[in-house]
Amino acid sequence: MTEHATDQPTAPEDQVQQTQFNIDTVVNAAATPDTELPWAELGLKENEYHRIVQILGRRPTAAELAMYSVMWSEHCSYKSSKVHLRQFGEKVTDQMKKDLMVGIGENAGVTNLGDGWAVTFKIESHNHPSYVEPYQGAATGIGGIVRDIISMGARPVAVMDPLRFGDIDHPDTKRVLPGVVSGIGGYGNSLGLPNIGGEVVFDAVYQQNPLVNALAVGVLKHEDLRLANASGVGNKVVLFGARTGGDGIGGASVLASESFDDTKPSKRPAVQVGDPFAEKVLIECCLELFHNELVEGIQDLGAAGISCATSELASNGEGGMHVELTNVLLRDPTLTPGEILMSESQERMMAVVTPENVEAFEAVMGKWGVEYSWLGEVTDTGRLIIEWDGATIVDVDPRTVAHDGPVYERPYHRPAWQDQLQADTFRTSEAGQSLPASAEELGEALMELMSSANMADVSWITDQYDRFVGGNTALSQPDDAGVIRVDEETGLGVGLATDCNGRYAYLDPYAGAQLALAEAYRNVATAGAVPMAVSDCLNFGSPEDPEIMWQFAEAVRGLAEGCQALGIPVTGGNVSLYNQTAGRAIHPTPVVGVLGRFDDVARRTPSGFQRWADGQAIYLLGTTHDELDGSEFARLRGHLGGTPPRVDLVAEKTLGEILINASRDGMIDAAHDLSEGGLAAGLAEMSLRFGVGSRTALDALCERDGVDPFTALFSESQARALVALPRSEELRFTDMTTARGFPALRLGVVDAVSGGIEVSGPFHGGSFGIGLDELKEAWSSTIPARFGSGPHLEAIIDGD
Amino acid sequence: MPTIVVEVMPKPEILDPQGKAIANALPHLGFTGFSGVRQGKRFELEVQGEITDELLDSARKAAAEMLSNPVIEDVVSVTVAEDI
Repeated sequence: MTEHATDQPTAPEDQVQQTQFNIDTVVNAAATPDTELPWAELGLKENEYHRIVQILGRRPTAAELAMYSVMWSEHCSYKSSKVHLRQFGEKVTDQMKKDLMVGIGENAGVTNLGDGWAVTFKIESHNHPSYVEPYQGAATGIGGIVRDIISMGARPVAVMDPLRFGDIDHPDTKRVLPGVVSGIGGYGNSLGLPNIGGEVVFDAVYQQNPLVNALAVGVLKHEDLRLANASGVGNKVVLFGARTGGDGIGGASVLASESFDDTKPSKRPAVQVGDPFAEKVLIECCLELFHNELVEGIQDLGAAGISCATSELASNGEGGMHVELTNVLLRDPTLTPGEILMSESQERMMAVVTPENVEAFEAVMGKWGVEYSWLGEVTDTGRLIIEWDGATIVDVDPRTVAHDGPVYERPYHRPAWQDQLQADTFRTSEAGQSLPASAEELGEALMELMSSANMADVSWITDQYDRFVGGNTALSQPDDAGVIRVDEETGLGVGLATDCNGRYAYLDPYAGAQLALAEAYRNVATAGAVPMAVSDCLNFGSPEDPEIMWQFAEAVRGLAEGCQALGIPVTGGNVSLYNQTAGRAIHPTPVVGVLGRFDDVARRTPSGFQRWADGQAIYLLGTTHDELDGSEFARLRGHLGGTPPRVDLVAEKTLGEILINASRDGMIDAAHDLSEGGLAAGLAEMSLRFGVGSRTALDALCERDGVDPFTALFSESQARALVALPRSEELRFTDMTTARGFPALRLGVVDAVSGGIEVSGPFHGGSFGIGLDELKEAWSSTIPARFGSGPHLEAIIDGD
Repeated sequence: MPTIVVEVMPKPEILDPQGKAIANALPHLGFTGFSGVRQGKRFELEVQGEITDELLDSARKAAAEMLSNPVIEDVVSVTVAEDI
């Protein structure tokens, strides 16, 4: 498809080359300047095409056009986001960088864990492919992020998946969700990687634009760290792993640059199909290469395939590379050179090997049964030369392909409707009138909240993933953070959480990004880990819309300044734009992943009341304000307006310190952060975790914070957490919170006998109780009732 | 019993990990001379009574919409089997 130019000659002198594929050589390109190329179909803008012509001093060959078009796509070049993303590098202090071994720009950032260990993690999106083909899209999303981790020299140890789907009752959600879930499970489980958490969100704004983000984390010893560059003139370039087929040709540029209008079905590219067992062998094979120091540089092949790997390796190293493209092992021999350069076939890696190590490299390939082919070598010419059977089809400065792509300062402005949206607060809206006030109404509201799509039990989804394979999972869904042991002797480990509330970000993108960061930070600290690093996946609509671009700019500014305030750096991530269909964009969804460190994962704090903890004291940390705009309760009433909860990163930091110290000193036996659904959800989730109830009173809280019982239960004020601790630790714990000037209030006690949640307070009726059996039934049936196969089977048996 | 047979194959340009695994295993077990393997699937739809044109159309529709994933698979054939 990239060879249109010579297939359809537009000028008589075009009829020079009529070989097997109508090979468009550099000589031919220079001789036929007027040939029209399908640059627009490949997603390039006119000014971009002219720039390519200017750089080369002639028209590009078809193969060069293929390379530039995929590498200059939004997906690969970050051309709209770059000017904003710079803040992640600029707004950092030396203190933030002290544990950073590799920062933004490499395949994934690397953070020092101590004891000679390092950890690398990254989050990426695979949104559009997962909409087109849910199973393979989600599966190859896992495959791609895992290869990013491998290419840093690390062994992948866990994955996480933040997912967002359309309305839970929309028929298309029924098509997309089960496929995505099976794909994640099918690939991740086959690789033997535990899936330790993530998110599941349903909202009509993600209809036709589901967000399938994938995070992978890997660990390595300091000496195994590898970077992607091709240094050393004369070193050999090798492609290994799966063969190259027609997978996802054009995917990188076409997928990420166009929205899915029904009018353009031809833009849908071939999907990539993953082979997790091939990837598993690739992991072991790469780790052996690293361990034996057989590779100088390595790069995984993801979006833009060989185009990306050759141009990035060459421009990060000595600057030149010479490649014979007919040496690429093909699955489909009819592929044209341009297609080979663009192919997104999975499970492939490219490496640079010194001539002395060639034999040893081949021995490792033989041992693992991995196919490989030597493509060429590193040169110092400053040119990336690609030949096809000896004829030069690409002759470019690799930096112009990989790094010097277009950069746009896209116009942006605050939407005119933003003020109106923020003025429409929940309290003043129709939805916010006659709120639950009596015991009965408050109890019913709690039940309704916990059985709603976004608060319901997601174990039907997460139980399809393997959470414990490998035997190093210390915590996973439904706990606040996923926790993985890194060193089996010392218990050294990491905790990870991903979060984002798109509703908050819609109301205020700056605050929304900080709230996502704050929640992920809080979740990691709640589990007892010291937050160290951030990876982000920024999912937005079209950057060509100045209002969307404003959302993006605000979110990045918020996140960069939030990271600065919390003292943890962004180490990498991904931007996914054009998440919109027929002009309707998703909510701005800056998903933030935070990684924290445990000296010993045995010190982790679980999120639920323990069976043996009857009578333990329950404390609420933090202050409750009247903050219902954008809340889950407002969603239940169909309202979205106002301003999101106030961000207080100083309070988040103090709360984090308290939770981490309490975990280290063994003071608390359970902790859970308060976020969506507020205190009501927090109490319910802590009881549902192990089926252990509680008795709490809201009187003191309502009095201290000046809120009514409804607000106390459903407000989503930030920097709050619930903890449970033995009575013998109460004094020590409150001394600690008092010393830090952080509000702590005793709400009640754990009740392991009653089997229910009892809440009393200054409301009509005095108290309400909810049986845990009843609550669990409502909470856990929401998702299986829609996506389980039970009802369908019955229908078939009944002959319905 | 009258049966409609539907055969589905992965699209030629799509990776077929199962076929690849079989292709790799063949020579190890002494079966040489095969240069590639692709694995598809076959469905047998049983029918009570006669197979009418309407039923065959219905089978074709089911093959295209439900038995195959049109994004990555092709329906190769929908035929009436004489004796199974």
